[in-house]
Amino acid sequence: MNSNPENEPAAFGYLQILSPDGFEYQLEIAGLGARSHAFLIDWQIRLLLAFTWLIIVGFALFSVSEMKMVISKDYSSMAAIIWFAPAACIYFLYHPVVEAMMAGRTPGKRMAGVRLVTLQGHTPGLGAILLRNVFRLIDSLPGFYFLGLMTVAFTQRHVRIGDLAAGLVLVYDETVKPKAMQQMADLAMHSNLNPEDQALLLDLLGRWKDLSAEARVRFATQFFTWIKAPMPEIDPKTKPDKALKRALEALIK
Amino acid sequence: MTGIQTEKASSQSAALAHWLDSRKAAWELLEAKLKAGKPESGQELADARTLLSGYRALLSDLSLSRRVYGKGLISRYLEDLFLKAHEELYRPAQQPLARIADLYQLEIPVLMRRMSSAFFITFLLFVLSILSGWLLVSAYPELVGLFASQDMIEKVQTGELWTDGLLNVMPSSLLSASIATNNITVTLFAFALGAFYGVGTLYIIGMNGLMLGGLFAFTASYGLGGRLFAFIIGHGVVELSVILIAGSMGLQLGEALVRPGTRNRLQAFQETSANTGKILLAATPFLIVAGLIEGFISPDPRFSLLERIIVGLSSGAIFWLILLFGLPQKGQAK
Repeated sequence: MNSNPENEPAAFGYLQILSPDGFEYQLEIAGLGARSHAFLIDWQIRLLLAFTWLIIVGFALFSVSEMKMVISKDYSSMAAIIWFAPAACIYFLYHPVVEAMMAGRTPGKRMAGVRLVTLQGHTPGLGAILLRNVFRLIDSLPGFYFLGLMTVAFTQRHVRIGDLAAGLVLVYDETVKPKAMQQMADLAMHSNLNPEDQALLLDLLGRWKDLSAEARVRFATQFFTWIKAPMPEIDPKTKPDKALKRALEALIK
Repeated sequence: MTGIQTEKASSQSAALAHWLDSRKAAWELLEAKLKAGKPESGQELADARTLLSGYRALLSDLSLSRRVYGKGLISRYLEDLFLKAHEELYRPAQQPLARIADLYQLEIPVLMRRMSSAFFITFLLFVLSILSGWLLVSAYPELVGLFASQDMIEKVQTGELWTDGLLNVMPSSLLSASIATNNITVTLFAFALGAFYGVGTLYIIGMNGLMLGGLFAFTASYGLGGRLFAFIIGHGVVELSVILIAGSMGLQLGEALVRPGTRNRLQAFQETSANTGKILLAATPFLIVAGLIEGFISPDPRFSLLERIIVGLSSGAIFWLILLFGLPQKGQAK
């Protein structure tokens, strides 16, 4: 698969890839917001895991006064190292280990809806993930990932130095769920709507839970007007958005 | 809309619905195959053929879907499936052990030779820094405070090395682990700081050289230079070699940014990072060996100077033989 983004006028905010089969496709690049969102979730997870270890093992091995002693004076003793070292490993090795195990994702990235890919749109290999994480030493300088954040803000593909070195990009993970595909197939086979309206209907239903009640009603009303269908009658006892959702779902069946 | 147009649109919709109905099962089959992972033993070829034919059919379906549905849900679903199928077909076989063997047998010697000039410059810089550190501390002994803590200085002034009795403080196993961790951190920094046009690497190598030379000069002034040498020689050959290699890789990163040649800076940086990263991956495990020597042999007074020299030189020789000539391949000896 060929990707030569340096020479191609890539669509703004997209990683453009041309496969040897002649297929051009795009992956939407995740920006500073999505990246920071994912990082903060992961940071909380690894912090929580490390603290959980410290608390559980600390109370299992020591009394409170012993813990105070270890922290203030005996921090190089064997007991202290057994107590602290695994927590440090959890904290510092979380990203390389989890990214390698989850094919370029982490729990934080999954929740933020992003994943790492190579410049060819593939899942990154172990080498690229390790290299990316080695450069965290630089990206985190002089503190709070300042340098990394600056390069993300000012590079075309919103990448930090580690991503640049490893040839990776953080993109939105837009996997279409089989359920949505099934709905689309049902629509195409049984509905009178044209393909664009079918896609619009499914998009609206797919985003339903993320919308406010007011937005749901507004978009559903606009959709019924657009397809020139009569507005469904809404029972005053039911919430308007729920009634409209039922009416929209009835268009699929 | 006229009656003819309505009829045409309706028949088009029916054709699309028929197409979707007929192709859906094939997509689901392809998706299931991609999810299934490794095929059963003996079924690999048949599985690959099914995957390939499914992939080809998918390409034509995706093309049609884009024409009809644009960037709609079906096209997105098919693009997603296309990406997964393409990756499954084109990615190299996952054989991590064979990959590691290739790295040590074939790739590393070639990459090491390519960076010989960078290594020579790093080595020269390190030696010059050691000499400078020695001269500085010999001329101005108070400057040792730049390289050593007050505890270390006081211990040397009472005729002891700070490494004496190290095993009374910490067992060898933990000492090894903590030393290896520290060395790996220094190595990674020496490499990664090369991204600042090589300046960061020059700083790390220069500071380590100054520190080593300064400490030798300081301990020598109290007649402890020989004992410091005896402590360092067992693990130092491998440890310093890995740090110098990491430094030379950092310098190469810097050079790729300063003088990218026919490539643009980004391409040069990526290519150099990938190549030097392989050397880093191959050399870093030796720091664990150095850490073990430093934890078990270096602080143990039962080992004589000769034994330490033998350990240091033989571990260093094995390290350099592997990195310069590679691990022997199967059948190479015949």
